[in-house]
Amino acid sequence: MSDGYAWMVPLLVLLPLIGAGLTLAAAGRTAVQRVVSVTALSGMTVLAGVLLWASDTQGPQVMFVGGWAANEGIVLVVDRLAALMVIVSTVVTLAVLAYSIGQGASGFDEESDGHSPLPVFHPTLLVLAAGVTTTFISGDLFHLYVGFEMLLAASFVLLTLGGTAERVRAGTTYVLVSLLSSIIFLAAIGLTYGATGTINLALLSERLGEIAPGTAALLQLMLLVAFAVKAAVFPMSGWLPDSYPTAPAPVTAVFAGLLTKVGVYAMIRTQTLLFPGSPFSDLLLVAALLTMVVGILGAIAQDDIKRMLSFTLVSHIGFLLFGIALGSTHGLAAAIFYVVHHITVQTTLFLVLGLVERVGGSTDSTRLGDLARISPLVGVLFFIPAMNMAGIPPFSGFLGKVGLVQAGVAEGSWLALLLVAGSVLTSLLTLYAVAKVWGRAFWSENARGITGQGPVRGGHHEALGLGVLAPTVALVAVGLTLTVVAGPLFDITTRSAVDLVLREPYLDAVLGVRAEAGP
Amino acid sequence: MSVNLTLTLVASVLVGTGAYLFLSRSLVRALMGFLLMGNGVNLLFIIGSGPAGSPPIVGAGDGGPMADPVPQALVLTAIVITLAMTAFVLALAHRGWQVGRDDLVADDTESARIHARAEADDLGSEPGAREQAEEIAAETERSERGHHGRRDDAATDEEGGTA
Repeated sequence: MSDGYAWMVPLLVLLPLIGAGLTLAAAGRTAVQRVVSVTALSGMTVLAGVLLWASDTQGPQVMFVGGWAANEGIVLVVDRLAALMVIVSTVVTLAVLAYSIGQGASGFDEESDGHSPLPVFHPTLLVLAAGVTTTFISGDLFHLYVGFEMLLAASFVLLTLGGTAERVRAGTTYVLVSLLSSIIFLAAIGLTYGATGTINLALLSERLGEIAPGTAALLQLMLLVAFAVKAAVFPMSGWLPDSYPTAPAPVTAVFAGLLTKVGVYAMIRTQTLLFPGSPFSDLLLVAALLTMVVGILGAIAQDDIKRMLSFTLVSHIGFLLFGIALGSTHGLAAAIFYVVHHITVQTTLFLVLGLVERVGGSTDSTRLGDLARISPLVGVLFFIPAMNMAGIPPFSGFLGKVGLVQAGVAEGSWLALLLVAGSVLTSLLTLYAVAKVWGRAFWSENARGITGQGPVRGGHHEALGLGVLAPTVALVAVGLTLTVVAGPLFDITTRSAVDLVLREPYLDAVLGVRAEAGP
Repeated sequence: MSVNLTLTLVASVLVGTGAYLFLSRSLVRALMGFLLMGNGVNLLFIIGSGPAGSPPIVGAGDGGPMADPVPQALVLTAIVITLAMTAFVLALAHRGWQVGRDDLVADDTESARIHARAEADDLGSEPGAREQAEEIAAETERSERGHHGRRDDAATDEEGGTA
């Protein structure tokens, strides 16, 4: 038993929630809000760092909320995977927060008639962070659902900030799809309880093997569908490119980085812990292939860079699903590495797009032009993460893809080899989609874009302050650092994957402690 | 485990009618569908918790089998969450009515534009392709404008009525 640092676990959720309450109370006092939010998220980053170290050296950190045993109350578990996800998501959220602070009033013109940023932005972002963290650390299926609902409620508000007609339209689609997936998830939880008498993940992993295989398969499929909608896996991905691009740049950035990955995390956790040796791995492989290819073909067709990136986001979920479907240690290790890389890179790209929008007045690649000359810095900031995403060596995207390809080849079935071919093709097409946008928006000589219509807001060239540049540069640097520390990072993800496949460390940590703490 | 047939039937009727309403393009109808489905799923928890029994409080029961308290706690949480979501969707529907005078989910114009362009590309090599492409583009634009036009009319009516 190792509960030396377990007291820190609930703080991961409490800190942002308390921060959300304080910022809501301080609505209108922007300076107070900024101090509180930055403090809360920085504190979370430190806690997550300590917990990552603790879970890596001393095993999973488990907290029994209220002292209830595992089958009666809520359990919070931070193992390597959870700690890694929490730290990456918090760093990304912190960068987005810094960006929105640096953006100042002007970034929220539309929302607040040019006055201060909306007072609701900070509390909502903190609730979102709390919800995301809750899903990562919960050791209980229903608590996972509550975490989902927390982050969904926050994301609804963020997506429809200001309530313009376009955002209401996008919000409607997003809200209805999210609600539907929640209903499916809730039904799956109800059936799971009916079938096994527990919703604790550790207990479930013992009991699901004892019930009829058909029932277990039904539960697995329902959970997969619910998470696949959240993760935007084809054919449940249509809502994403439709809704994300309308939100303000920081909001899209944090959504792109975190929300789909929460679904992916839930899949990794349930597939490995509850349903090892899944009978549906071929189904998942096919879904992964279709997600990759259909997503990237959608990306190529887009003119708007925001929409293009949203489609690549869908496409690269396929890579993650590939690793999950393989289910081997190598596959999972590469998938976890790829999640870390993808969260960072996708958030960075959407933040850079915010800069592009400020410099060029639009994100429509047919209306932009010559950006590389107008603002070489933005060019560099776009180019590095874009190449990283496309998987050009020596960036981390390349390393993650190599890991997945190796795992696929090691698997050796024809479907896995097809997936390997598909992932290479998708990388090339990603490069093509990115290069197309680059050529039009950054290199075309016509400064008014290929349609000659010019920027939408006509000559709206805003100076880029240090406030927006510094967080973006920092995130680009984090993306590059992932390459530098790829060795140790891959070691950690491999150790997490070994734990996931073994299952014993997690089960011992939760159930072993229960025996000691029992009455 | 024996299952309560009445509850099962009620739950399936709720989920079925809810699913039907959820498919509607009107946001308020879809919300009704969500509520019905949500209640159906809540019943599912009650079904899953087994037969009814005395209150699960030590000393309060009559010595018979107690009801399982966990699903009830879960359902309570789910009801609260549903309430919050309903409040948000109602606010969204109200806002949609304010800005668009419409409860229906509008088309995604950017998708429609790319679709029209793709059709135009497909027609590229045939004679008369240009005319056809323009026709498609105009049609798309017309349908969009028709949508907005209707809204503008409605807004004007409203203003006239209040003035």
